[in-house]
Amino acid sequence: THDLILHGSCFPFLNLAHAHFIFKMAAVQGGLADTNEEKDIKTEPSSDGFGNNNANDGRVLSTSPGSSASAGINKSATGAPEDQQTLLAVLQFLRKNKLTESVEILRREAGLPEDSPELKGSDSSGAGSGGAAGSGDKEGGDASSLLSRVTISSSAVAQTSSVTAAGEDQPDVNVVLSAYNQQGDPPLYQVYYSGLKKFIESVLDCHRAELSQLFYPLFVHMYLELVYNNHESEAKAFFEKFSGDQECYYEDDLRVLSSLSKREHMRGNETLMDFRTSKFVLRISRDSYQLLKRHLQERQNNQIWNIIQEHLYIDIFDGMPRSKGQIDAMSGSLAGEGKREANKAKVYYGLLKEPEIELPLDDEDEEAENEEGKPKKKKPKKDSMGSKSKKQDPNAPSQTRIPLPELKDSDKLDKIMYMKEATKRIRLGPDNLPSICFYSFLNAYQGLTAVDFTDDSSLIAGGFADSTVRVWSVTPKKLRKVKSAADLNLIDKESDDVLERIMDEKTASESKILYGHSGPVYGISFSPDRNYLLSSSEDGTVRLWSLQTFTCLVGYKGHNYPVWDTHFSPHGYYFVSGGHDRVARLWATDHYQPLRMFSGHLADVTCTRFHPNSNYVATGSSDRTIRLWDVLNGNCVRIFTGHKGPIHALAFSPNGKFLASGATDGRVLLWDIGHGLMIGELKGHTDTIYSLRFSRDGEILASGSMDNTVRLWDAMKAFDDLETDDFTAATGHVHLQDNSQELLLGTYMSKSTPVIHLHFTRRNLLLATGAYNP
Amino acid sequence: MAEERRQKQCSVSLPTESMKAMAESVGVGQLQEESCAALSEEVSYRIKEIAQDALKFMRHGKRRKLTTNDIDNALKLKNVEPLYGFQSQEFIPFRFASGGGRELYFYEEKEVDLSDIINTPLPRVPLDVSLKAHWLSIEGVQPSIPENPPPAPKEQQKVESTEPLKVVKPGQEEEGTIQGKSQGATPADGKGKDKGLIRLKPRSTHELSVEQQLYYKEITEACVGSCEAKRAEALQSIATDPGLYQMLPRFSTFISEGVRVNVVQNNLALLIYLMRMVKALMDNPTLYLEKYLHELIPAVVTCIVSKQLCLRPDVDNHWALRDFAARLMAQSCKTFSTTTNNIQSRITKTFTKSWLDDKTQWTTRYGCIAGLAELGPDVIKTLILPRLTVEGARIKAVMEGPVVSNIDKIGADHVQSLLLKHCASVIAKIRPQPDNMEQYRTDYGYLGPMLCSHVMKARTQAALQAQQVNRTTLTITQPRPTLTVSQSGLSGSAGSRTPSIIKVPSSLTLMTPRPGTPSQPSPPATKYIVMATSAGASSTQQVITLSSSQSASPVTSTVPSATSTLQPLVKLESGSGPGLTSSRPMQKYIVVSLPSSASSSLETKSSVLPTSISTTPLEAAMKLDRSESPGASTQSPH
Repeated sequence: THDLILHGSCFPFLNLAHAHFIFKMAAVQGGLADTNEEKDIKTEPSSDGFGNNNANDGRVLSTSPGSSASAGINKSATGAPEDQQTLLAVLQFLRKNKLTESVEILRREAGLPEDSPELKGSDSSGAGSGGAAGSGDKEGGDASSLLSRVTISSSAVAQTSSVTAAGEDQPDVNVVLSAYNQQGDPPLYQVYYSGLKKFIESVLDCHRAELSQLFYPLFVHMYLELVYNNHESEAKAFFEKFSGDQECYYEDDLRVLSSLSKREHMRGNETLMDFRTSKFVLRISRDSYQLLKRHLQERQNNQIWNIIQEHLYIDIFDGMPRSKGQIDAMSGSLAGEGKREANKAKVYYGLLKEPEIELPLDDEDEEAENEEGKPKKKKPKKDSMGSKSKKQDPNAPSQTRIPLPELKDSDKLDKIMYMKEATKRIRLGPDNLPSICFYSFLNAYQGLTAVDFTDDSSLIAGGFADSTVRVWSVTPKKLRKVKSAADLNLIDKESDDVLERIMDEKTASESKILYGHSGPVYGISFSPDRNYLLSSSEDGTVRLWSLQTFTCLVGYKGHNYPVWDTHFSPHGYYFVSGGHDRVARLWATDHYQPLRMFSGHLADVTCTRFHPNSNYVATGSSDRTIRLWDVLNGNCVRIFTGHKGPIHALAFSPNGKFLASGATDGRVLLWDIGHGLMIGELKGHTDTIYSLRFSRDGEILASGSMDNTVRLWDAMKAFDDLETDDFTAATGHVHLQDNSQELLLGTYMSKSTPVIHLHFTRRNLLLATGAYNP
Repeated sequence: MAEERRQKQCSVSLPTESMKAMAESVGVGQLQEESCAALSEEVSYRIKEIAQDALKFMRHGKRRKLTTNDIDNALKLKNVEPLYGFQSQEFIPFRFASGGGRELYFYEEKEVDLSDIINTPLPRVPLDVSLKAHWLSIEGVQPSIPENPPPAPKEQQKVESTEPLKVVKPGQEEEGTIQGKSQGATPADGKGKDKGLIRLKPRSTHELSVEQQLYYKEITEACVGSCEAKRAEALQSIATDPGLYQMLPRFSTFISEGVRVNVVQNNLALLIYLMRMVKALMDNPTLYLEKYLHELIPAVVTCIVSKQLCLRPDVDNHWALRDFAARLMAQSCKTFSTTTNNIQSRITKTFTKSWLDDKTQWTTRYGCIAGLAELGPDVIKTLILPRLTVEGARIKAVMEGPVVSNIDKIGADHVQSLLLKHCASVIAKIRPQPDNMEQYRTDYGYLGPMLCSHVMKARTQAALQAQQVNRTTLTITQPRPTLTVSQSGLSGSAGSRTPSIIKVPSSLTLMTPRPGTPSQPSPPATKYIVMATSAGASSTQQVITLSSSQSASPVTSTVPSATSTLQPLVKLESGSGPGLTSSRPMQKYIVVSLPSSASSSLETKSSVLPTSISTTPLEAAMKLDRSESPGASTQSPH
């Protein structure tokens, strides 16, 4: 349900989800624990009577009636009336905000009677009776407390929504934050925390690493609780005392936290919202978990237990506790690790069947140019074609899973060219490294921000911080515009070389500048057929440019904030974009609105890539996770955690099985998409990795970084060494060997030129680009 | 893992005074202290927030530097109007001012005359973006072409020389040899790679390309040739060129062989040239000389302590060479001495041993002392000061005893002034006041009284400087360092005086403790505090020491204004030179007293007199960064 929280949405049903969510939060806070949410954790404590314990403590410590009631209600109340109640409250809220359409929809879906009472008073009585039916002795207080909350929060929402009417629609801060409202004794927080710390340090080694995962989320939530309740000095002391204990990869987040010292600051702080709205996911073995629970029980450490229950999601597994190294490899993201179930969905990572292309043309050509080579070349080609067409890869999606554009004649021609080039391709390997040609952008004072090559390496496009996009031809063939309409009329349309005739010779030049954006261009991507170019910019738009006329065709507006990256589907037509609004969008070139919105990232979507079979999209984010989305239904099918910094580069292996990712932490991580596992870590770069690319046959992975180097890695070896036994696949526990040095095949320094893009030509020559920056 | 890198992240906020100042600037008069505190917290928080967002833009802009545009974009994200027109030529555009007990920084906004802007010629149109392709690597090997960086960066050279067995040239070796690096991994790794255990020393090729050979020939010829301009160029090239790594072994051999031959032939000029080459090599930021010290150090040490370095020891100023070489030695000790090679302690031992030897000649003695003294005050304190008495007696024997030979006398004289120069500042630091002549005599023997006056001088200087802090500060750009050798024919400094570089007798210039030639071709303007003195007869500073060739003991007192031999020359340059970055109009004073006749020379702390001024072999550009020149007093002596 959390994934549904969208910012900047314009659809009524999303608003509904919103409202629903908010109320759920309010309900949790007010003592009506949401059964769906809490099931995972609640099963455990209630089985051994921890719930009782909790209730007792609540009575002793609590100041608000809501929290003391929580246990009682939780047990006695059945699900149905609660839901009813919540629904009614939502309806009331909606009506108050005059969202009549949503009211209609919700009522229809929930099967509520049309004639539900007009106003608050009657609503409240209904809710009250519902509560009374469920909860026996405490009904009055409960119902009224719920209602008071409902009214308070709804008025608050009304206020804020009127303020931010035009802007994005965030979950209301007050309501979300009010979950922090439990009052513990502020000076005791340090005692609680250090008590837990002492306990964790004293447990057996095998459990220590696992339980240490608790430190960071607990620290953050305790700090936020202190801040929320205006215990500024205690918060500061708490932070100073324990911030040093946290793992260094959380440094960025801690910096954000440290600046946040007042309750007012929490309003609108995204990092904080992320923490609050999403549960921090921890994977802990059953043994370790039992140990922790017993400890907290003995100590009556209610405060910590509350936080664990409310803000953390503990994914318990059976089996050996994980080692420190295993945990470190997977942790680091903003919201903990991905849940195990999140990576269980089936992913069709296989490649689509290549379309059958008849090759008579090709043969003729070859006969003409090279008679000796003909028999040799023909055979392997036939073989490869044959094998592809005969066997359908079981992991491949069906050809029509998502509708793909028909191949045009020009596309077929290009495919033929591709195959011809492929026969001349150099086979790479550790003993046969590729040559690297470096294209330096000179005099790029305005700042080169993005680069892309066409697949056939004939064109380079550069996006610049001064809002321009420039296209260069790197072949002798110059760039020409199509003639004007008047001139086109004069052309003999029947002539054979009509395609040649429509071009205006006078406009031939080596480069063209495209003006249109009003902010730095951060992402750029050529269409596979080389007719279009996409660019995404700080101004919130993605633009589609024609490379025939060198004009802008469409401006796709949807992201209200900077669009960090965009990428064309390898089959054309579709493209994906992602930006500061934390949403990745899937577009089709002929629709001005997005087809899919992939939301779930907790921070900016920094890079986007299409899977080679166009059925999936990978996105990397500042929340330090990578997600894989299904284009068909918009579901998130994989969450990869392990990077310790914002992700800036992604690359799929040519066979579609693997994904490589690079981040500001200077590491490249390799992922097995099918199993949803991390399978490798390549250390060596000392700065942000901006570009990753597999060679055409997938033997070599090239990475380009801000540290002015291009590095080549032995991808074959990295994937071959892999032993994915069933156990690893089932638990998701990886043992990574530290073999970066063995896999590193070469490091090539450029002369103060950060490498921001890499590209393998069809013959496996590596092209690298960057702006010379003396 | 977490502790070491964590600084204080908490609670950095703007001072409340800034809030007040800002409030005042927008017309809010009295702001409560509490509101200031609240405001400053809020503002600090918002600024941090914006900075964090700006960081995102920097990352996506593929830059390492945050720009004002990033901040603007971050403001836009927050729906705040960006700051328009924030433009500054300088990195930090704020000016500092103090007064009335308040210190504040302000942003200098000058009124600009529009007509000025309109009338200024248009700047050159910047070149358009262009693409240039080159081979970064050809089948795994990086070609050495100008577009690629020099093959071995300094860090790598350093690693190579310190841990030669671990290193593999990146991108040029086969897979197998790379194994060595993964040794650090845990043994539990369990891979048992045998070949990983064999550490091979990487083969390094020493073949020079034709261009490199030509370059080498040209450079070495220019360095020891007769044309000074060419030599300057060649040295400049050695000191700055990034691609000399391959040629380093050749240069090193050239220098060591050169010294060996020229010492025998007593060719002072060539020795000086060679030492300047060493200096240039050391100054080159891309070279790491560690591997070649076994050749360079003996050469340098030879130039410090050799019995005879020139044909006419009584006339030629080989002392300057010794000083220069001693400084080189000290520099290399500082840079390269490690616990494994123990350069400094070995050098110190060598110097001490030959100094202690009674039979050592005065020239060698001088070299040893200079070499030790350059190593720093600690060495002076522990090794030189205890020997002052003995050395004083030896000097006394030569100076006051029967005349043995002129050469010995000159030698003793030089040793004496050297000792006085170096010891005075150290003693001034470690010895409590008051300075009593007699006390000094009992403590240091013959040299005591002279030391005493030197120490007193050093103290006054320090005091002078302390009170000077509040005075006007002036900036003097450091002139390009030159250590020129003029053959004995070119006597006297008067002829070649230019307004920009003032040449004075060498003994004056070479007193800077470091071999103080900055390695950058255009050093950033260094600021020195120089006291401006008024020109005229009253310019009598206590620092000035006058000595004539007849008097052996330096006079340390004010110069009588009537002395006709001194004509203070005050140069006043107003306006800012090209090297001055500050926009304030500035006055540059260079106050130098010049000898009016060739028979008198001027010095500060010590008076070392070339016996015959007619042959002053070494000249150099004077540097005013020390209190060398009279009337120009600077920071306290170290």
